[in-house]
Amino acid sequence: MSIQFKTIRELRDMLDTKAISCEELANDTHKLAEDLKELNCFVTMNKDASIEKSKIIDQAEKADSVLSGIPLAQKDLFCTEGLRTTCSSKILSNFIPPYTATAVMKLESAGSITIGKTNMDEFAMGSSNETSYFGNVHNPWKKGYVPGGSSGGSAAAVAAGIVPAATGTDTGGSIRQPAAHCGITGIKPTYGRVSRWGMIAFASSLDQAGPLARSAEDCAILLNEMSGHDSKDTTSLDIESTDLLHTINQPIKGLKIGIVKEFSLGDLDSEVQNRFEDSKKLYESLGAEFVEISLPNISASVPTYYSIAPAECSSNLSRFDGVRFGHRAENTDDLNDLYIKSRSEGFGDEVKRRILIGTYALSAGYYDAYYKKAQQVRRLIKNDFALAFESIDLIMTPTSPGTAFAFGSKGTQNPIELYLEDLFTISSNLAGLPAISIPHGKVNSMPAGLQLIGNFLREDQILNAAHIFQQNSSFHLDKPSMEEF
Amino acid sequence: MVWETVIGIETHVQLSTKTKLFSRASTEFGKSPNTNVNLIDCGLPGVLPSVNKEAFYKAIRFGLAVGAKINQTSIFDRKNYFYADLPKGYQITQMDLPIVLGGTLDIETEEGIKTVNITRAHLEEDAGKSIHDQFDGYSAIDLNRAGTPLLEIVSEPEISSAKEAVAYMKAMHQLVTYLDVSDGNMSQGSLRCDANVSVRKVGDTELGTRTEIKNINSFRFVEKAINFEVKRQIKQLENGETVTQETRLYDSIKDETRPMRSKEFANDYRYFPEPDLVPVTVTEEQVNEIRSAMGEPPSVLRKTLADRWKIPANDAGVLVNQGPELVRYFEDLATRVGEGKVASNWMQQDVLRTLNERGGNITDFPVRPEAVADIIARVQKGDFDTSRGREIFASVVEKGASVAEVVAGMGIAAVDDGDLRALCEELIAENPKIVADVKGGKEQAAGGLIGKAKRKNPNVNPAKVRALAIELIQALP
Repeated sequence: MSIQFKTIRELRDMLDTKAISCEELANDTHKLAEDLKELNCFVTMNKDASIEKSKIIDQAEKADSVLSGIPLAQKDLFCTEGLRTTCSSKILSNFIPPYTATAVMKLESAGSITIGKTNMDEFAMGSSNETSYFGNVHNPWKKGYVPGGSSGGSAAAVAAGIVPAATGTDTGGSIRQPAAHCGITGIKPTYGRVSRWGMIAFASSLDQAGPLARSAEDCAILLNEMSGHDSKDTTSLDIESTDLLHTINQPIKGLKIGIVKEFSLGDLDSEVQNRFEDSKKLYESLGAEFVEISLPNISASVPTYYSIAPAECSSNLSRFDGVRFGHRAENTDDLNDLYIKSRSEGFGDEVKRRILIGTYALSAGYYDAYYKKAQQVRRLIKNDFALAFESIDLIMTPTSPGTAFAFGSKGTQNPIELYLEDLFTISSNLAGLPAISIPHGKVNSMPAGLQLIGNFLREDQILNAAHIFQQNSSFHLDKPSMEEF
Repeated sequence: MVWETVIGIETHVQLSTKTKLFSRASTEFGKSPNTNVNLIDCGLPGVLPSVNKEAFYKAIRFGLAVGAKINQTSIFDRKNYFYADLPKGYQITQMDLPIVLGGTLDIETEEGIKTVNITRAHLEEDAGKSIHDQFDGYSAIDLNRAGTPLLEIVSEPEISSAKEAVAYMKAMHQLVTYLDVSDGNMSQGSLRCDANVSVRKVGDTELGTRTEIKNINSFRFVEKAINFEVKRQIKQLENGETVTQETRLYDSIKDETRPMRSKEFANDYRYFPEPDLVPVTVTEEQVNEIRSAMGEPPSVLRKTLADRWKIPANDAGVLVNQGPELVRYFEDLATRVGEGKVASNWMQQDVLRTLNERGGNITDFPVRPEAVADIIARVQKGDFDTSRGREIFASVVEKGASVAEVVAGMGIAAVDDGDLRALCEELIAENPKIVADVKGGKEQAAGGLIGKAKRKNPNVNPAKVRALAIELIQALP
């Protein structure tokens, strides 16, 4: 029986009924990944260790966790002990971490099996996976099209049915936008729900790890395991863990959904608008109410984000200097030369661009005008959301203004064109709020995503609303033909 | 032209915590290179800092001792610059919201006590060490020191001479060691300072252009570096030149300051709030707990001790400078003895001298206050005199025995009254000259008999010998 396109639930059944052993499942997954190598969604495979682990799990009497023996893929910015972790950058192309990120550790402790490390935009900077040192990832729905980014490899691996779920990280939309472009479900949790220990930082105050899967239910299964306070990350929230599986499948009658007035949806492709209207009707038919809300400062979110994120990245990426780990240039004259050459050779253009923007935004004489101002605007945006959530339960937007595009067709002349991909997703990172993207049909034969933004720590509400949507529609069950691969 | 000097000092105090400011790695000095280093200290990708509470408590203790405001919320900032021994490419420090704001430090000057205002004190991590002379063609990096907690204490520009600067550093050294905030070991770099020095004409209200002398690590060099710099600036101004605002280094071999290469300091540090650390909050209760645990700050304690035990200010100063454990020892002893001055004399002459000779800590000192009080009581009772008491003290230290055992072992026993009388009569018979002198009204001549009595029996009480001898002589016909 093929394991392709199976959900966690389906694989769990197959394992529990002994229709397949863990070892067979691991082997089949590697075979599938090998057959679909052309997608380029993996940077490094974890073949020997994963099969080893599957054998051990097979020896156990009974699975003690829903994830026991389930193959997963990890975005290549989570440190994995003994397994190369590159951030899809040349500068880390030889880096083997001596420790494992908390989020991955938790998933592995629950019995899941890390199959490999997925391709991504270099250091998670990009929205098309085209900045990877290891090459473009194809969108499983159409060869030569981007999977979105930065968690493009994870999204493609799930959409292609190689693994039922994968980890991603989201700084401005990097889980949700690729999930939308690949026709799968992805959730960015509340800032602080998942520990950042071992997640190689892009922008510390915005980065958050989360799952990508074939359904909201599977996202809940992964998020349950990934969540929780970690004493190694002071920004992780010290909250009681709630079982997110337990809170899905609640009726949504009377649920109040906000539509943001300032997101002028009328300017979008009419097909994108049509999908959005269809989803609205579906929710209305299930008893939800729609309210127009105002987020007066939301139009400033893209420039705010592109001041804060590069500023933090310029500092976070200073440690990649060729001194202690990673790529070191040869034949250097002195320390300065070592820095300049190692970093010039090791980083790609987009990373360099953001380091430059960020260094500028933090430099003397510009700090007040850029970084400080951006932080003030960020506070205003946060307040806008807080006020809006006093009268609504969640906010609905398209995940992305458009759908997946062809390699090289966007942002090559003007990077800002690509930055606007994140128009609808960025604000929830600035406000630290949870948001999910679910597939809701096709636009010009490519998947389109619907975003639900929840109030602080209300993952239960957006997962429930997403699950109810998926119980009453079949968009998430659509599979790419994969004929081109 | 009469010039005056204006000095402000930034003191870097290495806090004596067991582990580093943001990691659990040990801070022990002198380990092999790169052994006190964990994932966080070497700035591996993906690691995050966690604040060491002990460092915070020590900083607060310092703040309370100088009467400063403790910021209940303090935040960390990143100071960005590239250097090979700075693993993350930034130092975590505090800019806008330091833990300690304000406060004062009293220093001893020739004109008396002077109060210097403290601007602020903030926590920051130290960098590692670059070693340039051990490997041919390579520089080596030792990250053992990277992440060690420092408290940077900034004074107002109120210090007016090199001597005052030394007094300030000494007072600071005393305070941080008394508070157990730092081990104060200057040769290991636990206390070092940067001096901001400028001169101006007496009467001017504007400050002159300052230079900063970096990284001075001894009292002697503080004085020499500032003296050199003041002379250099005055000479320059008197020649009609201007002083350039710059960072200078003191060369102790040539006894001069010289500018650092501009590359070494011309940095735009791009400070911004550290997003990996949530703001640290301290509650009123926590501050109060630290306050009540630390007792009086040394400046207050000196006066309290002098008043409570009626001892000279100098005695109190010496005791307080040795730290709170020794003060506790003294107060225990003084309470048992009931006389502060007597207890203080024994502390200064016997306890402290022996402690200094032996080394180590007062808490491990073999003679406890009850034993010293026992010796003093026996002296006061007249069992033996003070010098004999001191021999006993030395013997108790040396043998580790009890006072009673030592006394018995030395054959010291109260001399029977009959034996004493017999001894005195014997002495009177042997010393007609002294007898005549005493009889003639010179009672002090009786002192000559005491030494002779001790030679016959080392256990006799000199005062008793004296009194009985006089009584017997006067009774002679």
